Amino acid sequence: MKRLSRLALAAALMLALAVPVSAQVSDGVVKIGVLNDMSGVYSDLCGPGSVEAVKMAVEDFGGKVLGKPIEVVSADHQNKADIGANVANKWIDVDKVDVIVDLPNTAVCLAVQKICQDKNRINLISTGASVILTNKNCSPTGFHWTYDNYALGKGTGTAMVKEGGDTWFFLTADYAFGHDLEKSTAEAVTKSGGTVKGSVRHPFPCNDFSSFLLQAQASKAKVIGLANAGGDTINAVKQAAEFGIVQAGQRLAGLLVFISDIHSLGLKTAQGLVVTTGFYWDQNDETRAWSKKWSARMNGRMPTMAQAGCYSATMHYLKAVQAAGSDEAKAVAKKMREIPVNDFFAKNGKVREDGRMVHDMLLAQVKKPEDSKYAWDYYKILRVIPGDEAYKPISETECPYLLEKK
Amino acid sequence: MRLQKIGIPILLALALAAPFVVYPVFLMKALCFALFACAFNLLLGYVGLLSFGHAAYFGFAAYVSAHAAKVWGLGPELALVLGTLTAMGLGLVFGWLAIRRSGIYFAMITLALSQMVFFFCVQAPFTHGEDGIQAVPRGRLLGLIDLTDNLSMYYFVLAVFILGLLIIRRAVGSPFGQVLKAIRENEPRATSLGYKTDRYKLMAFTLSAALAGTAGAMKALVFQLASLTDVHWHASGEVVLMTLLGGVGTVFGPVVGAFLVVAIQNYLAQMGAWVTIIQGGIFVICVLIFRRGMVGEVLEFWRRRNSEPPPSGGHH
Amino acid sequence: MFELIGIPPQALFGQMLLGLINGAFYAVLSLGLALIFGLLNVINFTHGAQYMLGAYVAWLLLNFLGINYWLALVLAPVVVGAFGILLERLMLRKLYHLDHLYGLLLTFGLALIIEGVFRNLYGISGQSYPVPPVLTGGYNLGFMFLPLYRGWVVFVSLVVCLGTWLVIEKTKLGSYLRAGTENPTLVQAFGINVPRMITLTYGFGVGLAALAGVLAAPIYQVKPTMGADMIIVVFAVVVIGGMGSIMGSVVTGFMLGLLEGLTKVFYPEASNTVIFVVMAVVLLIKPAGLFGKAS
Repeated sequence: MKRLSRLALAAALMLALAVPVSAQVSDGVVKIGVLNDMSGVYSDLCGPGSVEAVKMAVEDFGGKVLGKPIEVVSADHQNKADIGANVANKWIDVDKVDVIVDLPNTAVCLAVQKICQDKNRINLISTGASVILTNKNCSPTGFHWTYDNYALGKGTGTAMVKEGGDTWFFLTADYAFGHDLEKSTAEAVTKSGGTVKGSVRHPFPCNDFSSFLLQAQASKAKVIGLANAGGDTINAVKQAAEFGIVQAGQRLAGLLVFISDIHSLGLKTAQGLVVTTGFYWDQNDETRAWSKKWSARMNGRMPTMAQAGCYSATMHYLKAVQAAGSDEAKAVAKKMREIPVNDFFAKNGKVREDGRMVHDMLLAQVKKPEDSKYAWDYYKILRVIPGDEAYKPISETECPYLLEKK
Repeated sequence: MRLQKIGIPILLALALAAPFVVYPVFLMKALCFALFACAFNLLLGYVGLLSFGHAAYFGFAAYVSAHAAKVWGLGPELALVLGTLTAMGLGLVFGWLAIRRSGIYFAMITLALSQMVFFFCVQAPFTHGEDGIQAVPRGRLLGLIDLTDNLSMYYFVLAVFILGLLIIRRAVGSPFGQVLKAIRENEPRATSLGYKTDRYKLMAFTLSAALAGTAGAMKALVFQLASLTDVHWHASGEVVLMTLLGGVGTVFGPVVGAFLVVAIQNYLAQMGAWVTIIQGGIFVICVLIFRRGMVGEVLEFWRRRNSEPPPSGGHH
Repeated sequence: MFELIGIPPQALFGQMLLGLINGAFYAVLSLGLALIFGLLNVINFTHGAQYMLGAYVAWLLLNFLGINYWLALVLAPVVVGAFGILLERLMLRKLYHLDHLYGLLLTFGLALIIEGVFRNLYGISGQSYPVPPVLTGGYNLGFMFLPLYRGWVVFVSLVVCLGTWLVIEKTKLGSYLRAGTENPTLVQAFGINVPRMITLTYGFGVGLAALAGVLAAPIYQVKPTMGADMIIVVFAVVVIGGMGSIMGSVVTGFMLGLLEGLTKVFYPEASNTVIFVVMAVVLLIKPAGLFGKAS
């Protein structure tokens, strides 16, 4: 008797496994994988904070889509493209992950976006920076959410020339990313009527910027553009303060700066720095409300644009799954392009054919210590840059599948 | 000997069946690192030279073969050969420089030279800096077998791995290998016996670099990318760890070590910086307590049980 | 060298001065390495991590106990040095009878652990340490603006390096040390406690690394990876100088800092590699290093 019932149970189980649970949602669950840098150079600006943001999006959506549960998994790619690729492959092949979110580090982005394209899954890039992700290396199921090099370089470059900073000198990290950032900024500077007096390529990574700063000083350019990121930018800004560069009248333009970088520099050193950002927590009531909720879960830190972008991208994805009535990547991608993005992060944002989410950017200046009234009160917003002005126009696209269509 | 007669066919059968049980991409990664560690062990275990810069050959060969396969459109076997040859050339030059000193100096020199390669790779245009060389085609083996399928790629990797292992065993077992061991035990004596020890060391170094290159080139094909990770000194440290953990100077030690370290990386990936701490901890424990490594300790246990006399040397 | 004409001599002076400042860090770090190597025959891979520890201890002292820079300059090396002594007593000591490579491997593992722990605790982007108020600002030297703090760094490192050299070359304690390096058994036979001498030397070398860390804290960001980036360059410096002589490692440190500074002007793309290239050349011409005795 006992054996018989066990047999029946096994048979029932087999049946349950064999019959598709839902016609729309593959394997009965929508799984979101957050893949980023949990321990390395980018862990403060995305890392666990991005995972928390994605979890908040899932909670705010109600924890279920099309009646099926939503699950969040996360992993550390350690900024190694092979580990990233390995995780992505395993997530898709074995763990049935439907969408991969965040993705700092362009090398990892490129690898994972290709895998997602080949295996028909969605990837939502928030922290990755390079413009090629929606250009030369675009993917029909890959989306780029928060910012890109082009928007940052152009935003800061144009704005500073307008304010009178019309001669530039670049400190450029000597690798593809730095070159790219310098190029797009220099273009914006010359287009707005400024001139580039010169540039120096510093090794990557670089501890000591003093001699490069001295060269920048000797150039007598009004603006020193920092075409680097993370630790390099932090060191450059810190040492510029030490050498009295800003006091002597030259201005610094950080081309890729996150609020976490400002936090670690301190206002005394960072004051006056002009940056372009995709999001600022203290912009309006809506951003404040969300950021404070996030902050309560993250030991009082405030979200970077990358972390806020993860929330917005995840939310939009879930809405698109709902609208498409399926989690099949192409159907979801279609809906993602149709529905406008409207949340605390972006107003009337739209997802372009090439996967770029176009939304307004902010030009901000870092406050003086005496103007900062409370914790994380770091930016003064100088200007809102309309999305269409900020991002690379789609008419200049090099995206292969769009070119084929034409 | 009896152990080998039974053991090797069993291992081979396991290796052939493994991809049906374990995720093949993981296995391929582990095999690439296993070959890398075996190549490294050839130098440390049999000549007594600790290279702290083997990532240079591993990573640079990965770049060359990735570039060859993607930009020049070479087939996988040619890309692999080209990567190996480049690593061999690099090994010849670096080895020639490094064997001028021994011991700790040798370790520091190889580390510094590999750091030079790293900075070169950051800046050289063909490596695409931080982005790496992406979407490298796996291609068709000899124009016939499509390697995009994970299973066929796995068997290709396994075949190359076994070939590499056989080359190492052949080198170690030959008179050449005997001279190497003599150098490890007592270099002045080997010199006085009339051996040009520098030449032997250089040959071993070059062979080791070449095989490390094969492993790196293969990894580039498996993951379809070559990136800075593989030329970074962390990779050099990892291969030392694998060899030490598995057992320096044993044939299968580095293989066991490679599988364990890769498994730690893969399965503990979400733990972030803890992976570094765990790796550091393993280093410390191995050096202080298990200097023979896992395989070495097992062999030692076996030997003691059968109360064979301890081997001459085998350890330092 | 092609742009020499394009560079005004004033700018050149400025760059050379900056090079010397960086050289000061190389000098203090390679001095510590050379001391440890001389007596223990161990290449201390944790040196970079201990440099980082020095900076972090200073930062922790300031932020949690309100202890200022000047006290930290003394306290941090003592704390980290004591930690070093602990490591030597508990672990390194067990390896002296083995191949020296094991010492290298052990310290490498320890470096990984220390770095990992600090990454877990404080994240990666690092903390800022303010320049002490007395040393803010700087002088306009005419050809460049010299931040006062950087001048201080050069001063302290010169004093420390010279002091160490004097102790080792001119005092009785130094002569024991030198003798211990040459023939420990003999020195032991004379009734000198060699193991204790070894322990204290290790502690002192580690303390030097920590001192460099405190000096670096206000200039660079205090971050877990700061030591790992530095240590490989310092290894190359040590190979170039040859570890035989204390003065040699100090002079080489300053010289290479200078050379690196000049490279940043003439060919900045190579400034990360120039020291390694010099190392290769020195190995070709004088394998024992510039100041090393041929073995």
